[in-house]
This record gives sequence, structure tokens and C-alpha cells, in this order.
Amino acid sequence: MNVIETKEMMLFVSKKMVASEPHLTKLDQTIGDGDHGIGMERGFKAVTELLESDYQAQDVSKLLLKIGTTMMSTMGGASGAIFGTLFRAGAKSIKGATAFDTPTLSTFLANGLQGVYERGGAKPGDKTMIDALVAASEEAQTLEGDLATNLPAISKAAMLGVEATKDMIATTGKAKTLGERSLGHPDPGAMSMALILQFMCEFQTEQLAA
Amino acid sequence: MRKPKKLINDRFDVAKEQFEGLLCAMDGKLQGLPGITAAIRSDYPNNKVAILTGGGAGHEPLFAGYVGKGLADAAVLGDIFAAPPPNVILQTTEAVDNGKGVIYIYGNYAGDNMNFDIASELADDDDIKTHTIRVWDDVASAPLDKITERRGTAGDLYVLKIAGAASEKYDDFEQIVAVTERARDYTRSMGVALSSGSVPQTNSFNFDLPEDELEIGMGLHGEPGVSREKMSTADEVVNKLVDQICSDLPFQSGDEVCLLVNNLGASTYMELLIATRHAHALLAERGIKVHNTLVGNYCTSQEMSGYSLTLMKLDDELKNLYDLPCNSFALRK
Repeated sequence: MNVIETKEMMLFVSKKMVASEPHLTKLDQTIGDGDHGIGMERGFKAVTELLESDYQAQDVSKLLLKIGTTMMSTMGGASGAIFGTLFRAGAKSIKGATAFDTPTLSTFLANGLQGVYERGGAKPGDKTMIDALVAASEEAQTLEGDLATNLPAISKAAMLGVEATKDMIATTGKAKTLGERSLGHPDPGAMSMALILQFMCEFQTEQLAA
Repeated sequence: MRKPKKLINDRFDVAKEQFEGLLCAMDGKLQGLPGITAAIRSDYPNNKVAILTGGGAGHEPLFAGYVGKGLADAAVLGDIFAAPPPNVILQTTEAVDNGKGVIYIYGNYAGDNMNFDIASELADDDDIKTHTIRVWDDVASAPLDKITERRGTAGDLYVLKIAGAASEKYDDFEQIVAVTERARDYTRSMGVALSSGSVPQTNSFNFDLPEDELEIGMGLHGEPGVSREKMSTADEVVNKLVDQICSDLPFQSGDEVCLLVNNLGASTYMELLIATRHAHALLAERGIKVHNTLVGNYCTSQEMSGYSLTLMKLDDELKNLYDLPCNSFALRK
């Protein structure tokens, strides 16, 4: 995908994330303070506005960096800092990239993850978005070839990461004091991470079908 | 299912509109910064170490209600229950900095910590000196040996009062930091919740607490506390809160304290006063002298019903600073 197609994909993802608000809110009301869905909606609404404006990115790295900065400066909360950091740190690691392909996504996820580690101090198994991100990143490292072919596997790995958070006890964020009461429920941040990848995948599929 | 009832306008404008209302209520004593939900005191002298507080909206009158002479110099708010983003914190930091440095004081939550930390790194790029003091007064949220994992609640008020007074009286950045951190270290809180609050945007309650139960130690956002129990009497609940708070610091015979009986939102003054009465009796039994009592809405969580008790132990310096005048929406002395 070139930068224009990547921009279209991210616009598709943003609109889908905005529409996911009720789902994410429900998850966060179960184990958090109920504001995660609203935060994601706020951030991706701003990203939608950006991508529907006459903003033109020079390359894929700059596009994703701008998306990260937009999220970080509009969302607030833990999600704003974390998802903003994911996009910003990931984007900086693919400087100059003119195509969004398997190696680009793989590098983006690996370095985005590193940025999130440094910012949030959470680790795998802590019942956070990291559990979905690690799963997706590890899957992406093993893949070569066409992104459209690989995205279903990456997206599925992230969703399995979300499933795994059901068996974890939250140790960070507002859910941490829930202790064992958080068992059986997926982490809303992990769900958001997996949904972003799932919507990237849906865009590819729809584009291929078209 | 019962739904929350709130008179609001657009659900996304709630944080902004309550903030604009506060500016109106302050009759010019508070100035909003353009385009963001942040305020600076109109009589800011611009020659002192600046005290900056903030966090998610929805806990009114915290945080902007504590901006004024003798308290915070500025406050920056996020959306309901969500920390403000880093660029907005930075903008507020730049507005109050006058070369003497800025002290950040806020409740200890992951979102606030990350966003204020990013802001602090950005401020450092601009050569603005900042220091962060996280308030972790909520005894129920983690054991004492993990005190830095505890949440910040109504204790924010005492820490801001001392920081504000110290920053008027002293010029030395480190001296202000030291006494403010001591105020933080001498402050403990614990609450009881009877029913849930709701985030205005989602139009549903955040958690479910059965009609005949209460929860000791529940957090401001519905984070679970130490025990869920059958409804009992005011005195029995206050016994538990005072016990847990006093044994934690510990507060001992001969200590002098400030006592805050804080409404979480929907409790009545009647209930707060009944709690105040028993808290005073229990502290007297323990030989702890109450220097000052505050009763009312200081740090709320929407329509959550219940209250929290906060104690701050005083020494001579803290007592002198606490007694200095202050003037804000939520606190005047």
C-alpha cells in the first residue's frame, strides 16, 4: 500500500473505532472506570477529522506519526498516552517508509511495543493492551510476503491475545484494585489494540473484493 | 434497569461546560486559557514557584475549584475521569512558569502519571523546571509497603493547601517541595460507597452495588475496596474507617490533625454530620486532637453516594501553613 492507500485504510479504521465505542464502554464498565470507549472515540474522531481534511502526508511514517500525535493530544487518560506512544514510537522506527507492507507493519509493532513498555511500565501478563500487541508483533515477525495475505493472521493473533487477558488479573490501571474480580473479563485496551488490526484487515479484504 | 438522570447538553461538552460554569461562578477571579479546559488565578503574582494541579473532570469541585491565592495557581482538566493530554498540560505549564519552576500535584493514577510525565519531559525540552508530587492517600487501595501504588483521593485538598501556602511564604523550590511531600506523607483517607456514580457520556451506572450492601474502601471511580458488607449504622462504618486510617500512618495519642469529611456525591449533609460527630468522638478517645474540620463536597464522583474521611497529621510548620488564608471556589480561609 502506498501512502494514499494507507491514509484511506486509517480513515476506515478510525471510523470503525468510533463506532466501537458502546462495545468498548461496556467492557470498561465491567473492569475499569467506564471511560475507555469514550477516550478511543474522542481520539479516533480527531484522527477521522485529520484524515478527511486536506492533510497530505509525505510518507507512511509521517502519516502514522501524525495520527499518534493527534491521539496523544486529544484523548487524555492512560489510553491517550499509551496508544499515542504506540503510533509515535512505531512511526519513528519506519522513517521514510513509502509503503505499508509486512516488514513495515512488523517493525512498527515491535518498536511501538518498545515505546509502550518504556512509557507505561506494564509487562505481558498484566492484563493490558500489551497482551494483544505482543501477540500481534510476534506473529508479524514470523511472516513474509504480501500484507493482505498476512493481516488475517496478525489480527487473529491479537484477538487471541485479548482472549488470554480473560485469565489474567489486572495489576495496573484503574482495574488493578479489582484483583481477582477482573478474572473472566477481557481487557478493554487489549480489545482496542486487536480491533485496530482487525479493521486494517477488513479494509484489505474489502479492497481486494472490490 | 434504572438509568442515571442528569441534566446535561451534548455528552461530549460536559467537561467543558462545567468548567465554563466554574469560571462564571468565580466572578473574574479565575481565567480560562484559550481553547483548553485549564484555568489560572487572575491575581497570579508571577513571581513565585507555581503550583499546578489537574486530572480528569467529574470530581468537582476538584481540581479547578482549588485554584486561588494560597492554593494552586492553575489547574488543567481532562474529560470525565480521564487525565488531560500532555500538550494541554504543557500549555498550562508554560502559562504559569515564570522561571522559578512548576510543581505538579495530582492523584496517583496510571493515566495522570503518564500524561503529566510526558508533559514534564516536553517542559524540560523548553528548559522549564518541574517537579511531580503524586498524592496517594487512599489506604484501601494498596498495602502500606506498596504506598506508591495507592490512589489519590480527597487528600489532594490538604496537599494543595500546604503547597499553596508554602509557595506564597517560601521562595526556595526545594523547601516548598519538601514540606508539600511531608503533607502528602502525613495524609490518609478511606471511603465508603453506598451506590454507584455514572459517567455522563455513557448514560449508565459504572458498577452495581445491591440495595442492601455497602462497600468499605471503594475508589472514586468504583474501584473495589476492602470489603463489601450488609448495610449497617453510621457509627459502625465510621469505626471501621477511623480504625483503618489511624492504624496506617499511624495517628497516635498526642497527635494534632485536620479532619475532612468528604461527600462522594449523593450523600446528605445530615449523614456527613452524623459521621463527623462520631469521628470526633473516636479521635478524642484515641487522644488525637482535631485542629480543623471540613465537611462537604470536596472531591466527588458524580452521584456516587457515600463519603470519605481524611486525616492529615500536623506539625508546627504544617499547622502554620494550613492556617494561612486562601481563597478559591471550594476552599476559603
